[in-house]
Amino acid sequence: MSSLYDEISPESPDDVPVLRVTMTVNGEKRAADVEPRLLLAHLLRYGFRMTGTHTGCDTSNCGACTVLLDGKAIKSCTMLAIQANGHEVTTVEGLATASELHPIQEGFKQEHGLQCGFCTPGMMLAAKALLDDNDDPTEDEVRWALSGNLCRCTGYQNIVKSVLWAAAKLRAEAPAADQESELT
Amino acid sequence: MTQALDEIKIGGLGASRTRVEDNRFIRGKGNYVDDIVLPGMLHMEILRSPLAHARIRSIDTSKAWAIPGVRLVLTGEMMATRNLAWMPTLSYDTQAVLATDKVRFQGQEVACVVADDPYIAKDACEAIVVDYEPLPVVVNPVQAMAEGAPLIRDDKENQLDNVVYDWEVGDRTGTDRAFAEADLVSKLELHYPRSHPSPIECCGSIADYNRSTSKLTVYITSQAPHIVRAAVALVAELPEHMIRIISPDLGGGFGNKVPVYPGYVISILASILTERPVKWIEDKSGNLISTGFGRDVYLRGEMALRKDGKILGVRMHTDADHGAFFSDAQPSKFKIGLMHSAFACYDVPAAHLTARGMYTNKAPGGVAYRCSFRVTEAMFFQERMVQAAADDLGMDQAEFRRKNFVRDDDFPHRTAFGFLTDSGQYGKCLDVGLEAVGYQDFLLQKEEAKKNGRLLGIGISTMTEPLGAGNSREYDILGIKMFDSAELRVHMTGKAILRTGAKSQGQGHETTWAQIVSHELGIPAEDIVVEEGDTDTAPFGMGTYASRSTPVAGAAVAMVSRKIRAKARKLAAHLLEVSEEDVEWELGRFYLRSAPDRGVTIQECAMAAYSNMPDGMEPGLENNAYYDPPNLTWPFGCYIATVEVDPETGVWDVLNMVAVDDCGVRINPMIVEGQIMGGLTEAFAMASMQFITFDAEGNCVGSNYMDYLLPTAWETPGFELHEVVTPCPHHPIGAKGVGECATVGGPAAFVNAVMDALRGTGVRNIDMPLLPDRVYEALTMRHDVSGAPPVKTDDS
Repeated sequence: MSSLYDEISPESPDDVPVLRVTMTVNGEKRAADVEPRLLLAHLLRYGFRMTGTHTGCDTSNCGACTVLLDGKAIKSCTMLAIQANGHEVTTVEGLATASELHPIQEGFKQEHGLQCGFCTPGMMLAAKALLDDNDDPTEDEVRWALSGNLCRCTGYQNIVKSVLWAAAKLRAEAPAADQESELT
Repeated sequence: MTQALDEIKIGGLGASRTRVEDNRFIRGKGNYVDDIVLPGMLHMEILRSPLAHARIRSIDTSKAWAIPGVRLVLTGEMMATRNLAWMPTLSYDTQAVLATDKVRFQGQEVACVVADDPYIAKDACEAIVVDYEPLPVVVNPVQAMAEGAPLIRDDKENQLDNVVYDWEVGDRTGTDRAFAEADLVSKLELHYPRSHPSPIECCGSIADYNRSTSKLTVYITSQAPHIVRAAVALVAELPEHMIRIISPDLGGGFGNKVPVYPGYVISILASILTERPVKWIEDKSGNLISTGFGRDVYLRGEMALRKDGKILGVRMHTDADHGAFFSDAQPSKFKIGLMHSAFACYDVPAAHLTARGMYTNKAPGGVAYRCSFRVTEAMFFQERMVQAAADDLGMDQAEFRRKNFVRDDDFPHRTAFGFLTDSGQYGKCLDVGLEAVGYQDFLLQKEEAKKNGRLLGIGISTMTEPLGAGNSREYDILGIKMFDSAELRVHMTGKAILRTGAKSQGQGHETTWAQIVSHELGIPAEDIVVEEGDTDTAPFGMGTYASRSTPVAGAAVAMVSRKIRAKARKLAAHLLEVSEEDVEWELGRFYLRSAPDRGVTIQECAMAAYSNMPDGMEPGLENNAYYDPPNLTWPFGCYIATVEVDPETGVWDVLNMVAVDDCGVRINPMIVEGQIMGGLTEAFAMASMQFITFDAEGNCVGSNYMDYLLPTAWETPGFELHEVVTPCPHHPIGAKGVGECATVGGPAAFVNAVMDALRGTGVRNIDMPLLPDRVYEALTMRHDVSGAPPVKTDDS
């Protein structure tokens, strides 16, 4: 992640391999020259300056780094940036539009599904992967879908309620969207 | 006639207002330490000891220096030349910043590298070669006290053994007398295992020493930024006014982010030496193996009982494992925190506590993990002893509690250990809980199930706990009295900014503090912005832990609002052209007593403070308040769990968990319930799976999230919440602390429930966590199961 003016050590070897990666992040094409060992979470956070993706445990247990890769929830702290080359990544920054929150975001606020907010982006993306697949999950299905994400402040009851709130809202919105597509 | 303001609509007291902070968090726009990037910033990584006890023969850093991109490598020897190899702890001990003579626990800081990026810093740490000479290891208090035990703190003059303190409180002779008169003495021994608070965000700092101005700014993960400023001033010998500590958004704290850690201090020195900002972000292993743990206390408890169930006296002895350095974050007067708050909700005539603290080769800390200074252990011991006593008497566990509760008309009540409790409706809370769980029905169900070989159990835990240190007479940390503060500025349009000495780590102060101002002044909560955590702008305060924010800083918010209201009253009288005595207040408005239609709003008063003040009045509408509470607050909690234990596997499932909390007046009921739900989750975690243990070599078992088990949404049961409200008699708005009640009272409910299911097997205790193999062992072998770390023997 060097820039135009970054000083380098005179002894720096010139054989450190650097690869160009290109990926679509939240619908926008992004590229960077990275060392092969760079983690996807670090590219998103420090390279692309999208700090909503958090790193908590480094071992893919806590899920604070959860993002969607081609729509599937993955732990970005244990994926190399180069493995995401050519793929589509969705982060928390891609959930809301400029004017509107995603129902999952609204759900977390309405049902008090967060306290310190650190696990929240990962929770919301794990929830999105679930709801994209199944917009009418049972409580157990929500609990199972979130079981790769840890929360220490809130516990899970309100988080589960938040996701169910979002599912209900998505279902309520869905018929209108279908109608619209029929009209056009 | 103007319509009176609807307090709930403007977001005042009692409104379940959605949270202000959520707006940034749900968009991924929080600002945590690791999100901050400063120009020219370098990255620091710490090399930690792989051994629990070893002499350092040599450290070779030459290979690390040779790695391109490395800017600085520091060892203890280099820290020592600046008198920074050791630092004082919050409990009047010393702690190594970087090890010089020897390492005393696995994970201790040995060296550090500062480099252009964190990957290079990690590479360079691996290139450092340390030659260790292993020493015998001590992993529990029994070993620490054994004859010929290796001396851990040989750095301290006059320290000839591994004892940190030997302390007592209470009435020894009175207690002896009570035991002499007892019909029955009930005894219980157990261990509250070591646990790590483990916020998902680890600790970290960015030190930025400005070489032009010599001012040091540190962004830091701290629940108590002002304490950090004081510590840095003392340790680094920098002038306090040239230090700015900024605690931005925190990804949880739970007591883990109260102490001052070596990493913070090293990053500061590294920034001074490199004249560049230096970022240090701990990884999860570093956090779990080196930073402030909670608990790790052994109990020997005895209760003197009369046949009819009356408690006559209580004796407790605790042995606490403090690790290699005594760095508990707690009031200096009390060596084992507020352990002696045990039995505060019961009318106990005499009690005596002896407490010993021991050094071991384990991480230091002893922080108040989601509790008020060892209150979690106190209440767990209390409620386990209470159940054992009820069993020994053959009495119903609810009835035994009811018989011994301090009664509603007995307040204020002086406890046997000397605390003054001031309010509560203990019996009512218990009734609400028993009713909610269907107590009598469950007892019948349990008998019925037993006939079919099914093991059901019900466990109760009731407790009142001391929250909100100080008063300043009794509570201080390193001599700094435990008060707190608030500063309020009302701008001319009636919008306001509030700053306090507390520091939210998820509690939602930006939301609730505004509600208190709104309640006192009638300014809509959305018109009040709340800032905390920057020592250059916030008034001095002791920070947020031990459920002290609402009892202390929250009280300061009410008090400063009242000062503003007093001045606004003068402005109102001026605007209405009457004398102050003729002016009455209703929410958001002063009016003329003789003509209620004639009035001015608080906003109009604010404008007048800048544009139309009476002659001789100082302009502006701002003030501050430092609040020293007259007493602690005493919330009450009743937690009742029902479980089913599978006799084939030892696995137990929670059937129901009912929580009845009386935390006085609730500022924001939604947030209070959220705090209780989070606390219950951690209670379940500690009862079922979450603990840090060590092998005989002092290796930390639980050094990452693959080994340190935390429950997920899948394992965590649902909770049913109820409330009783007994306002705090001395708090300005009647509130009591609440953030930690469920973590404190909850664990005993789960354990008592499992022990109830095992009734008749002769098993008296299984140490937490109640892992299936422990429960299975107890069930099949019919003996108690201890969770104490193993002692190494010659043949092991």
